[in-house]
Amino acid sequence: MSDTIIEVRDLVKHFPVRVGVLFKRVVGHVRAVDGVSFDLKRGETLGVVGESGCGKSTLAQVLMRLEPATSGSATFEGRNMLTMKGSELRKLRRDIQIVLQDPYTSLNPRMTVGDIVGEPFEIHPEVAPKGSRAQKVRELLDVVGLNPEHINRYPHQFSGGQRQRIGIARALALRPKVIVCDEPVSALDVSIQAQVMNLLGDLQTEFGLSYVFIAHDLSVVRHLSDRVAVMYLGKIVEVGTEEEIYEHPTHPYTQALLSAVPVPDPELRDQRQVIRLEGDVPSPVDPPSGCRFRTRCWKARDICATEVPELVTRVGNHPSACHFAEEKSVVP
Amino acid sequence: MTDPSTAATGAAVTTAAGEFVTAAEHVEAPGKPRSLASDAWHDLRRRPLFIISALLIALVLLMAIWPSLFTSVDPNYGDLARSRQGPSAQAWFGYDNQGYDLYARTIYGSRASIIVGISATLLTVLIGATLGLLAGYYGGWLDGLMSRVADVFFGLPFVLGAIVILSSFRSSGDASATEIIVLVVLSISVLSWPVCMRIMRSAAIAAKQQDYVKAARALGASTPRIMVRHLLPNTIAPVLVYATIALGAFIGAEATLSFLGIGLRAPVVSWGVMISDSRDVIRVAPHILLFPAAFLTATVLAFVMLGDAVREALDPKAR
Amino acid sequence: MATTQSEVDSVAVDGVPGAPLLEVDDLFVEFRTRDGVAKVLNGVSYRLDAGETLAVLGESGSGKSVTAQTIMGILDMPPGVITGGAVRYHGVDLLKVSARRRREVRGSGIAMIFQDALSALNPVFTVGFQIEEQLRLRRGMSRRDARKRAVELLDLVRIPNPAGRVRQYPHEFSGGMRQRAMIAMSLALDPEVLIADEPTTALDVTVQAQIMDLLKDIQVERNMGLILITHDLGVVAEVADRIAVMYAGRIVEQSDARSLYRRPGHPYTRGLLDSLPRLDLKGTELTTIKGLPPSLLRIPSGCPFHPRCPRAQDICEAEVPPQHRPAPGRLSACHFAEELINGE
Repeated sequence: MSDTIIEVRDLVKHFPVRVGVLFKRVVGHVRAVDGVSFDLKRGETLGVVGESGCGKSTLAQVLMRLEPATSGSATFEGRNMLTMKGSELRKLRRDIQIVLQDPYTSLNPRMTVGDIVGEPFEIHPEVAPKGSRAQKVRELLDVVGLNPEHINRYPHQFSGGQRQRIGIARALALRPKVIVCDEPVSALDVSIQAQVMNLLGDLQTEFGLSYVFIAHDLSVVRHLSDRVAVMYLGKIVEVGTEEEIYEHPTHPYTQALLSAVPVPDPELRDQRQVIRLEGDVPSPVDPPSGCRFRTRCWKARDICATEVPELVTRVGNHPSACHFAEEKSVVP
Repeated sequence: MTDPSTAATGAAVTTAAGEFVTAAEHVEAPGKPRSLASDAWHDLRRRPLFIISALLIALVLLMAIWPSLFTSVDPNYGDLARSRQGPSAQAWFGYDNQGYDLYARTIYGSRASIIVGISATLLTVLIGATLGLLAGYYGGWLDGLMSRVADVFFGLPFVLGAIVILSSFRSSGDASATEIIVLVVLSISVLSWPVCMRIMRSAAIAAKQQDYVKAARALGASTPRIMVRHLLPNTIAPVLVYATIALGAFIGAEATLSFLGIGLRAPVVSWGVMISDSRDVIRVAPHILLFPAAFLTATVLAFVMLGDAVREALDPKAR
Repeated sequence: MATTQSEVDSVAVDGVPGAPLLEVDDLFVEFRTRDGVAKVLNGVSYRLDAGETLAVLGESGSGKSVTAQTIMGILDMPPGVITGGAVRYHGVDLLKVSARRRREVRGSGIAMIFQDALSALNPVFTVGFQIEEQLRLRRGMSRRDARKRAVELLDLVRIPNPAGRVRQYPHEFSGGMRQRAMIAMSLALDPEVLIADEPTTALDVTVQAQIMDLLKDIQVERNMGLILITHDLGVVAEVADRIAVMYAGRIVEQSDARSLYRRPGHPYTRGLLDSLPRLDLKGTELTTIKGLPPSLLRIPSGCPFHPRCPRAQDICEAEVPPQHRPAPGRLSACHFAEELINGE
């Protein structure tokens, strides 16, 4: 069996922008994901970081087959997962699951916890015979650290952290090989966030899971990830091991992003060098030519406007999509 | 439609009182898994509002099915000598303009009114909710088409539309009571479903964007499953509210059509017919209006209360 | 309560002449809900001086935002009921003054900015109009002067092309720009106190840094008192002079920023700091605070943190800890505050 479980090549997802009431005209495209390639290895966690609008959540939706890809390829264990249909797609659903961001909207308020966690078995009855389902649901609740007696409760009777555990139990039910975590802890309080992150770490070891871990919080991503991909306006700008990205970033955007994270230590207040980026992220409908980061980059020159920088290794030993990639340590 | 990572907005404290009481500490017996329906039924049985309204409705239904249980008087036996007499021991509700026994007529009138009210409501909700759910879930051209069709029906004035439908489909003057009832029900439903559809459509659009629908799709849930298990329970509340209000309005609409001479008419008795009969003598004999109107109001109220109780029982947060 | 916090506090700042700029004194607020009475604030006291940044740190339901809303007089009542305490602005209790006087203080004395700038701005009016409206109503400015001032204010919060931007609607602004516009709006009447309720939570890291810089600069420039309400320990470390940590409607610790991070004086604060994932190291297992925050309908007896506290003893369940003063300028509502700060 190969070491790589998911292989994504040049994945593109454009959303048409339509205007009009009955006869809608396409006036442009939101280039949410615009040529993304990466590998996910068995048992590893690939962190995907980026600011809002960078396309990281759209990437999750395409990987989950919730949105069709515009072009590009993605394989799961060597089989093309973007063209699967019928029973093959059902099998894929059992292997890839998702944990969503908002614990308040990700659980149906009118279903009991037992129904929510048991729904995967109803959809895939071949996984567990009917009589054993209640027991399986109790086991799952126990695994994620909830009281198995609570199967008759409704989501609103739980706190945010507990609801996120319910969502994790639902994702685990079918014993998937890969779990896509779309901002699973960003809606939680600090003390609860740590509990859920520990749970995700423990489950990975216990069940040999691979994670695609999407988040905007760089500290959270570093804590859980083996490798990290940094996204900006639909493209991966830098990818490498957790250490390469955090200790030896070479793309100016990664450097700026890392330097802007507030460090919880007042002693470092005046010593930190924060790279201040000007302005906001440009619209993904009409991204800048050449390098998409050039409008906010302090290194930008003429070439950046004309030539798209490829994601290749220029300095150090990991790829970075910058014409002027250069290592710079910014984390104190 | 870009990526919806709204960062950590959820982490903030809102001032909703509910925020402070989320901890799960309800008394419960461990044991068999329950479902929303069984929980709702369990909850309903303990609501006084539900019990009262259910009893009232049962009584009215009984009247509609076996009117002879309540009275032995013929509702269509008139004696002009006792015209407009007030309530007495022989006739509890008195007599109307034609000298008919009002009590008997009120009892017998429940049948037509209830049939028209309930059937029209059911049909309206069935058409409206189904189309609304489909339009809301699928969106796109289907939604566009259905919404425009709904707009067309919505644009027809109710009374005018009903006159056109009833007068063009009624075969002749000697149409049977059943035929008229069917026509009245159909014309009410055909003219009213767009409201229900719009309510359902917007509720479905809101619900389908929720993450739990996304999670269900990721699990491989089929479209019917998503509609029935996820969308329907979360969209039915506003439709129920509409249905209970519509029921009263439809019984009233039946009266309006009778009044205009295109709805039910003698010898069929209905509350609507009775109310419209009373219009000329309301000043001199208000009791002719009072009794059918009171029954109508009580019935409508019972259905509104029932709808309210059911709606709350279906919302776990309201328990 | 044996010793109220303000008594301890006034000892701590002995010698300051005149009333403090803003003082919250032993504030109690309840929410009467269908499920019972939620005790949202249980004796909250803090004070703020001109030019100072006080960070109020706490998780959801800790009462940090309710305190701010009570100060501003925008608490929803019902379900909220203020059952005790005072909010003194220059020594005057705002909870006792007339509604008219209260409105005068709002905006020109104490202003507030919110997390969600999109819903805090009215979508049907231009940003300029919303700033000008205040100036015209409260300062009696003419249309032209108000427009001029609005442009100045937008320029002050570093919005490019302010003269063009005043004519735009909130939805035409990006998230960061909207937050800037809201800051401009809050500054229109030159307040002495600015309350910022999670001002950067909804923003991206790079934009967050811009907004915090802006707030800090404006504060220094105008010598404003700034109350920063947040759950983000990183942001607090960047800007706060003093920190008040809230838990279950109480302030469990107050301290200057450096000492608090160096040596937390309350087990809850320590737990929070330990449970943070760090940018500068990849950890294995995070130290967590066990359990969940209590329901405010049923706050545990004694110290509200005791069911989750690793150091809890019998006394913690029996007695509400008073505000100890384990070191100069520090307060901690823990029976073992001295040990935490001086011991080990």
